[in-house]
Amino acid sequence: MAITFDHVNYMYQPNSPFEAVGLSDVSFTVPSESFTAIIGHTGSGKSTLVQHLNGLLKPTSGTVTVDDFQLTAKTTNKHLKSLHQHVGMVFQFPENQLFDQTVERDIAFGPLNFGFTNEEAMSLAHQAAHDVGLPDELLNRSPFELSGGQMRRVAIAGVLASQPRVLVLDEPTAGLDPRGRAEMMAMFAKLKADQQLTVILVTHQMDDVADYADQALVMAHSNLIKAGTPAEIFANPEWVKAQQLALPTAANFAQHLVTRGFEFDSLPLTAEQLAIQLRGQLPKEGR
Amino acid sequence: MLEQLTLGRYIPGHSWLHRLDPRAKLVLACYFIVIAFLTTNWLTYVLMFAFIGGVIFLTGLSFSYFVRGIGPLIWLIVFTAILQLLFTPGGHIYWHWGILMITSTGIQTSTAVFLRFLLIITMATVLTLTTAPLAIADGVEALLRPLRVIHFPVAQTALMLSVALRFVPTLLDEAQTIMNAQRARGVEFNNGGLIKRLRAIVPLLIPLFVGAIGRADDLATAMESRGYQGATNRTRYRVLKWHNADTIAVVVILVLNVVLVVLRHM
Ligand SMILES: Nc1ncnc2c1ncn2[C@@H]1O[C@H](COP(=O)(O)OP(=O)(O)O)[C@@H](O)[C@H]1O
Ligand SMILES: [Mg+2]
Repeated sequence: MAITFDHVNYMYQPNSPFEAVGLSDVSFTVPSESFTAIIGHTGSGKSTLVQHLNGLLKPTSGTVTVDDFQLTAKTTNKHLKSLHQHVGMVFQFPENQLFDQTVERDIAFGPLNFGFTNEEAMSLAHQAAHDVGLPDELLNRSPFELSGGQMRRVAIAGVLASQPRVLVLDEPTAGLDPRGRAEMMAMFAKLKADQQLTVILVTHQMDDVADYADQALVMAHSNLIKAGTPAEIFANPEWVKAQQLALPTAANFAQHLVTRGFEFDSLPLTAEQLAIQLRGQLPKEGR
Repeated sequence: MLEQLTLGRYIPGHSWLHRLDPRAKLVLACYFIVIAFLTTNWLTYVLMFAFIGGVIFLTGLSFSYFVRGIGPLIWLIVFTAILQLLFTPGGHIYWHWGILMITSTGIQTSTAVFLRFLLIITMATVLTLTTAPLAIADGVEALLRPLRVIHFPVAQTALMLSVALRFVPTLLDEAQTIMNAQRARGVEFNNGGLIKRLRAIVPLLIPLFVGAIGRADDLATAMESRGYQGATNRTRYRVLKWHNADTIAVVVILVLNVVLVVLRHM
């Protein structure tokens, strides 16, 4: 069980003056229950790629496989509903999708659409609200009265409530303050561990890639230009910069230390790896 | 789906039509829409469709693009025509059931409604495809200027129009994003009966309105902070100029009008 893209091409508005390439010959495989980061500059095709995962877009040619589901240009919309449930999508600025009168009902909206009974939907909604850290007293408030961070949690709960097995996150922390961002990433890591989810994260935060991802896909100009573990992706800092990407903070810091005479066996990507490698190199008596 | 809709979009270009003065294009489009109601027999329809075909050719855009672009609206037109068909009494009655009936007059009027609607929508599409939103607003302002005599707020109206036109593509994109988000939560926009489809609209419209109101608020703040206080006696950066081509276009449509009137009586 896994996610596979096999020579996937996607064309926006073909045969019109607005025709644009969305994806060009993208192939990769992601194992189940792994954490995959998708990085690349704006307009490189990240959002286009992830919208194929639950059939919002269908490949113009090629095949997308998600666990038991197969998606090609010929797949009809009738077969997509169970895929929508299987793959939960958190869009950029997901708070823009809130509409119902209470937080509880908004979260239960997905489960109700996917055929759960009213009781089941409410209990799933409460569970999801709990999972994203929303206090119970907010459940009967209007979603439009909440703070931006709370609204985003409601929207994420609204996706989780349908019990997806794959969770796709398209820049879920954009516009949050650093603390909100850290909390949200920790929340996703916990959700993944508790519910054995496969997580696909689109992000511009290289620290999140280093801290959480098992592997990363690098997109540029609608092409997949590199796939590998974070260590493989960041191994060549010159290449990373050429792709208009950044290094994780720890790796950046380590590079500066190298110019001051420190030596590293491999480029540390996280604060922890950096600390371990520095341990032996620091003078015993700090000045 | 929404991105297929061409009415209200602008495609930058350099065709003869793109370069016409927006005032000329507005007047001509309105004029065409009015005389579309002068059509009676098949000769007049052939004339009008030939004319609009020529206009489409002049836009430099592919014919099939128009056909697909008007596609989403065809249901609206068909719906209107069917209502006409079922509720118009008169002439020979072919079929009836309760208050519904199909009569020879009904067939005539519904055909006319269908064809005229098609002509009008195609012309409106040509206008917006070849005229930048700001140019349309400038053209409207220029044409409304005489109304200042009766204290009609011409500048404000033009500003409202340009803001509205400016946000059409933004709102369409936003609608697409929200539709995607709700489809991912199990809403089916293209499935099920009428009631189910209408109910599917609510989770689309509410976030769209919330977003639009928020945007309007931001825009108002931005305008005030840049010193906007009602558009009194502003000079303009883009000055409209009437060319020979504009005069020719006016002559062409007048000729069309005359030929149309002649054909009517044949
Ligand atoms: N609805 C659309 N119509 C036409 N082109 C689009 C549309 N959405 C995205 N694109 C184009 O597809 C490319 C990839 O966009 P996207 O997947 O949104 O990139 P990213 O998420 O990496 O910023 C861009 O060049 C963009 O202009
Ligand atoms: Mg994106």
